[in-house]
Amino acid sequence: MKGEILLKNAKLIDGRGEHGTADVLIGEGRILSLSGGEASTVLDATGMVLSPGFLDPHAHLREPGQEVKEDLQSGLTAAARGGYTDVVSMPNTCPVVDRAEMVAALKRKAAEIAQTRLHPAAALTQGQEGRVLSEAYLLREAGAVMLTDDGQTNEDAGVLAQGLLYAASVGLVVSVHAEDAGLRRGGVMNEGAVSFQLGLPGNTSFAESARIARDLEVLRYVQQRLTDRVPGRSLLHIQHLSTKRGLELIRQARQEGLPLTAEVGPHHLTLTDEALNELNPIYKVAPPLRTQTDVEALVEGLLDGSIDCVGTDHAPHTQDEKALDMLRAPFGIPSLEVCWPLLYTELVEKRGFPLAVLIARFTDGPRRVLGLPGIHLEEGAEASLVLWNPKEKRPVDPQTFASKARFSPWAGWELLGWPVGTLVGGRVVFGLA
Amino acid sequence: MSQSATQSFPKHLLDFRDWSRSQVESLLETAQMMQEVLARPVKKVPALTGFTVATVFFEPSTRTRISFELAARRMSADVVSFSSTASSTTKGETYRDTLRTLDQMGIDAYILRTDAAGVPHQAHSWLHKPVINAGDGWRAHPTQALLDAFTLREKLGSLEGKKIAIVGDILHSRVARSNAELLPMLGATVVACGPATLLPSSLPGATLTTRLKEALCEADAVMVLRLQRERMDKGLLPSLPEYIAAYQVTRERLGWAKPQAPLLHPGPMNRDVELEGTLADSPQSLVERQVANGQAVRMAVLYHVLVGKRS
Repeated sequence: MKGEILLKNAKLIDGRGEHGTADVLIGEGRILSLSGGEASTVLDATGMVLSPGFLDPHAHLREPGQEVKEDLQSGLTAAARGGYTDVVSMPNTCPVVDRAEMVAALKRKAAEIAQTRLHPAAALTQGQEGRVLSEAYLLREAGAVMLTDDGQTNEDAGVLAQGLLYAASVGLVVSVHAEDAGLRRGGVMNEGAVSFQLGLPGNTSFAESARIARDLEVLRYVQQRLTDRVPGRSLLHIQHLSTKRGLELIRQARQEGLPLTAEVGPHHLTLTDEALNELNPIYKVAPPLRTQTDVEALVEGLLDGSIDCVGTDHAPHTQDEKALDMLRAPFGIPSLEVCWPLLYTELVEKRGFPLAVLIARFTDGPRRVLGLPGIHLEEGAEASLVLWNPKEKRPVDPQTFASKARFSPWAGWELLGWPVGTLVGGRVVFGLA
Repeated sequence: MSQSATQSFPKHLLDFRDWSRSQVESLLETAQMMQEVLARPVKKVPALTGFTVATVFFEPSTRTRISFELAARRMSADVVSFSSTASSTTKGETYRDTLRTLDQMGIDAYILRTDAAGVPHQAHSWLHKPVINAGDGWRAHPTQALLDAFTLREKLGSLEGKKIAIVGDILHSRVARSNAELLPMLGATVVACGPATLLPSSLPGATLTTRLKEALCEADAVMVLRLQRERMDKGLLPSLPEYIAAYQVTRERLGWAKPQAPLLHPGPMNRDVELEGTLADSPQSLVERQVANGQAVRMAVLYHVLVGKRS
C-alpha cells in the first residue's frame, strides 16, 4: 500500500485505550493502514504517542475586533502547537458573531490560514444582549456549531428556555457561562478565606451552583416542551465548571438522563485561589480559581464522566492589560499551547489519572458536546492526529508561544507530553519537520 | 536611633507579612523618638537629607498625604507629589507606566495609595525602590495600624492580653485588616463587629461577631470605622437610621466596655453615624492623638525604610 506519510513505531492511544505500537500509513486524508506501507515521507515515531487530534470546545480567538489580543492566525497556530486539530471559537468579539455572513467569513479566513480547523460558535442572542434570538438556522448553515452568550450570563431564564428550544429544533447545542450575576457581584476572585484576607471582592462558588441549578430546571422544562428529541444529543453545555457543588448538581442531573454536557478548564484542574496571594492579575479568571476541595472534585468528575471534556477557555489578553491592577485587569488565562502537556503531567503522571480517559476528554468528549461521533485510531479514520512525546520534559516558556498572549500562570512548570506534530486531514500543520 | 541601625528591616512596608514583632516594636520605639522631635520648637532633623520621596496617590486623600509629606519634610527629605484619580488614570496611562516614569526621576521611596488591593505589591516588582503602602483598596493600611498601635500603647501600656474591638464595615476596611494583622503581633486580641453584610466569614487575627454587645463587652479599647454611604446603594444596608439604631457606638453602648476604654477612629468621621458625635470630643476619645501620632509613626517608617535598613 502507498501513502504520503508513514509514522513508524508510534504508540497508539485513543479514547478507547492503548493499542500497542504500529507503523501508521497516512494518505488521502485518512489512516490507510496500521501495518506500514510505502510513503514519500517516512518518520521515526519511536517513543512517541499517536492520538486522535484534540478538539477544544471553548477558545477565545478574539477575531474580529480584538486582534491586539489574538487573531485567527496566531490563535489557530497556537492550537496546532497544542495538539488541537479543531477549535470552537467564542463569539464575544467586537462585533459579536451573531450573523451567518460573519460565521462564513471566519470559516473562509481560517481555511486560508490552513492550520487547526475553526468551528465558530455564534451568539445565542443578537449582540449577546439576552433579548432577541440569533438566526440559528442560518448560522448553522454557515458553519456555526454552537450557540452561546459566553462573556455574558443568561440572566433571563425565559430567553434561555426559548433559545434552548429553538436551538434544539435547529440541531445546535447551547453553551452557558453559568454564573448568577447578582450573586457574583463585582467579584474578581473566589470568595473565601483568601479573598477575605486579601481584601479583594469575592465571587462566591454559589454564584455558579445557583445558576447551574436554575439552568437544569430550565432544561427539564425544555425537555418536556420538545416534541422530537435526538437521543444522546446534548442540548445544554455547561462551560468551564469550577465548583464541587456545581459538579454534584450536574452529576445528579446526568443520572436522571437530562441531555447535557459539561466542560472543565485546565486552570480549574491545577490551580487554586491560594495563587492570588501573589496579588498578580495573571491569575484573574472567570469563573475564578477555587479551592483544593473543588480541584479534587473536578478531577474526580472528569474521571467518572460527569464532565465530558476539557475546554481550554483560552482567553488571551495583552501583557499590558494583565499588568493592570486586580480590579481592572481583564479576566482570562491563555492555555491552548500548554493544556495537553499540563494535564498529562499533572493528572496522568502525578496523580495516576488513566491516560486513555484523559485522551477521551480531549477527543470523544468534546465531540459529544457538538453531537459528533467519537474518533479513534483505526484504518479508514480521518487522519486528524497528534503525535506527542511522553518523555521529554520542558518548562513552560510563554516567550515561545504562538499566541499573542505571552504570559502564563504555569510559566516555569516542568511539563511532559509536549506535542511534536499535528496533522489535520492528513496534512501536517505543526512539527514533524 | 542607634538600636534601629543594628536591626535589619524589610525594605518595604506593604503589609506586615514580612515584619516580626521585634521589628515592629523597634519601629514604634523610633516613633517615640520622633514624637520628641515633634515636641521641639524647631521640628526638623537632618536624617533624610538628600533623599527624595514621592507620594503617589491614585485615590483622593488629604490627611494621610499631608501626614506623610510633613513627616518626610520634618526629616529634611525632598518631597514630590503625584495625584490622579483612578478614573483619569484608566483613560490613559496605567499605574505601571506612571510609576516607571517617576522612577526615571531619581525617587528614593514611594508612598502609594490606590483603590485596588495589591498595587503596592505589583509596584514592588516594577520599581527598584522602597514602597510604603498608604492604603490599597480594602486590603491594607499599615501606617494607620502602626499609629493605632502606637496610640493604644501610649494609653494602655503593653497590649498584651488587651481586647480591642473594631466596629463597622469590616469587610471593606483596610484599617480593620491591617489592625487584625498587627495588634495580635503585639499581644492583643481583636474582635471585629458589624452586620453580616459588612463582615467577612473569616479574618486572620480577629474574632468576628455581628453582636455589638459581645464585641464591646469588657473591651480595653474601641475602634470605630467610617461607614461609606455607598454601602446602601450596593444593597448591603437598608438605611443610615437602621445602621445607627443597630450599630452606632453610643455613650451608653460604650459603657459595655471597660471604664474609660479609649475610643479610636481612623477618620474622617461621620459624626452621629458610626459614633455618637459628642463622644469624639470626650476625654475617652484619642482621635486627635491618633492624627498627631500618625506623623511620628510615618517619620519612623520613612527612616527605617530609607536609612535603617542597613544591618
